[in-house]
Amino acid sequence: MTQTMQDEGYVTADGRKIGGVMMEMKNITLRFGGVKAITDISFDIRQGEIRAIIGPNGAGKSSMLNVISGFYVPQEGEVFFHGKKRPPMKPFEVARQGIARTFQNIALFEGMTVLDNVMTGRLNYMHTNIVQQAIWGGKAEKEENENREVVEKIIDFLEIQSIRKTPVARLPYGLKKRVELARALAAEPKLLLLDEPMAGMNVEEKEDMSRFILDVNDEFGTTIALIEHDMGVVMDLSDRVVVMDYGKKIGDGTPDEVRNNQAVIDAYLGVSHD
Amino acid sequence: MPDQLIFAMEVTLNGLMAGVLYALVALGFVLIYKASGIFNYAQGVMALFAALTLVGIMEGQVPFSHLINAIFGTDVHHFSWSVPALGAILLTMAVMVFLAWAVNKIIFRHLVNQEPIILFMATIGLAYFMEGFGDMMWGSDIKKLDVGLPQGLNMVIDETTYGMFGYGFFIDNLDLIATVIAILLVSVLVIFSQYTKQGRAMRAVADDHQAALSVGVSLNFIWVMVWSLAGFVALVAGIMWGTKSGVQFSLSLIALKALPVLMLGGFTSIPGAIVGGLIIGVGEKLFEFLMGPIVGGATENWFAYVLALIFLVFRPQGLFGEKIIERV
Ligand SMILES: Nc1ncnc2c1ncn2[C@@H]1O[C@H](COP(=O)(O)OP(=O)(O)O)[C@@H](O)[C@H]1O
Ligand SMILES: [Mg+2]
Repeated sequence: MTQTMQDEGYVTADGRKIGGVMMEMKNITLRFGGVKAITDISFDIRQGEIRAIIGPNGAGKSSMLNVISGFYVPQEGEVFFHGKKRPPMKPFEVARQGIARTFQNIALFEGMTVLDNVMTGRLNYMHTNIVQQAIWGGKAEKEENENREVVEKIIDFLEIQSIRKTPVARLPYGLKKRVELARALAAEPKLLLLDEPMAGMNVEEKEDMSRFILDVNDEFGTTIALIEHDMGVVMDLSDRVVVMDYGKKIGDGTPDEVRNNQAVIDAYLGVSHD
Repeated sequence: MPDQLIFAMEVTLNGLMAGVLYALVALGFVLIYKASGIFNYAQGVMALFAALTLVGIMEGQVPFSHLINAIFGTDVHHFSWSVPALGAILLTMAVMVFLAWAVNKIIFRHLVNQEPIILFMATIGLAYFMEGFGDMMWGSDIKKLDVGLPQGLNMVIDETTYGMFGYGFFIDNLDLIATVIAILLVSVLVIFSQYTKQGRAMRAVADDHQAALSVGVSLNFIWVMVWSLAGFVALVAGIMWGTKSGVQFSLSLIALKALPVLMLGGFTSIPGAIVGGLIIGVGEKLFEFLMGPIVGGATENWFAYVLALIFLVFRPQGLFGEKIIERV
């Protein structure tokens, strides 16, 4: 399945309109010393789409997400964002371009409350200078209130009102994952990257998280790229799937296409899940 | 009221004032430690360097004059101008910001993700480098610093206490000013870290680097900012101590007094630095007053450390420090 940069996208089975290419990875190769984490992989992410990356442990999925978010710098390949070639960027610069992410191993501010954590997602929407903020001038107060409003909306949306003031360190794993998603959403990202958002969750938590992901995409129109281990979940959620194995791309297409791809069946489905 | 009690009150007050100065130095440590996990051994030397630079600028000293004279056979010492105190303080602050930038650029950005002990050793190197550099730049003679702060006996307190107890307390005006400035400084720092964008970003960096990056915070910017803040605190401490006892090498040793303060207050707590400073200040003055005559005096040299050690045994994380629980 190949697309050119110019085409206008497609309409999904459930009638959602997917736009043109937002992010394009071209011939990405990433090495750690002798280890090749990613070998010559190309794929794209379209406007409004939920794009999944799947593959067995160690396939290089997280590495790919880290390349997109600027945490890893590939030795070869190019990244295009909104049709423009992206120069090498630091993670914070990528974040400022409207790309938010969560981490496989959860990276929250453990010493802060849930509310403060989510509030950090708004840092790039705070513009008033130190003096204005310090003396709490009208402009600073207005800005703070606007940011608070967005944050409260997201907290309601993800149903974490009851733990707003709880220090994050005290939360169970499943809720931490949700708070991390809230913080990423607070940045009102154009592209949201989720690294195994459902790992380690029980069935009920997984269902909640799936619903949130679909709702985010639906209500905010956020483009989402997610990594997931659980094939079933991926098939339900995503519009298109990239399959990786040992750092190589072995499949790319709709869930149905991927499910019936022999290489994928051999390489991925043969591997036991954990 | 018995004389002994009145003297003890005076000693306590003086202890509080001394404690404020300890707290000022300790604050510099806490700031950097909180934001970058670096224990900055050079904090005391930074205070010395700031004070040296301030005096040098005020008096229109030619920097590196020894070096220049040695190379070119000239005999330059001073420019023909002098700079008023406020202007010189601002210029010195600019120098401290530049220093912060250089320290981050040349040293610490290359040591990201290194073990704390390696960062600590880097600050030891930095301390000795800055000490030598300060010497070379401004000379090693003892200098008088006078930015116009009032000094000497505070008459109001003297007379009031005389009226009350028939004995006038000796409280130095400079100590009073230092207290006011310290309170202001701490208030500003707290407001800054709680309510401003940069303060929030600073707390984010202190908590988790990856997460901070993911919400668009530049680690380098925050580090330069934090080192600048520490430079600012060093400048304030340098002005206070320098005015009190002259600008000289021993100024850098006040850093050693900050250590027991930190052990008491915890390395991560701004209120801890203040309360710790006050406890050490009062404790060491009172102990000297009460026990000095019995044990033969000079207890101020060691009391703070012994107190901190005892404290360490019972509350290793300090008064306000976060409890350290090993995750297993
Ligand atoms: N920071 C790193 N340093 C060294 N090797 C790494 C690093 N990150 C990932 N790798 C290696 O790259 C390969 C792919 O890892 P990863 O992207 O985490 O896989 P996945 O997310 O698919 O499980 C693995 O062999 C892993 O050990
Ligand atoms: Mg992974």
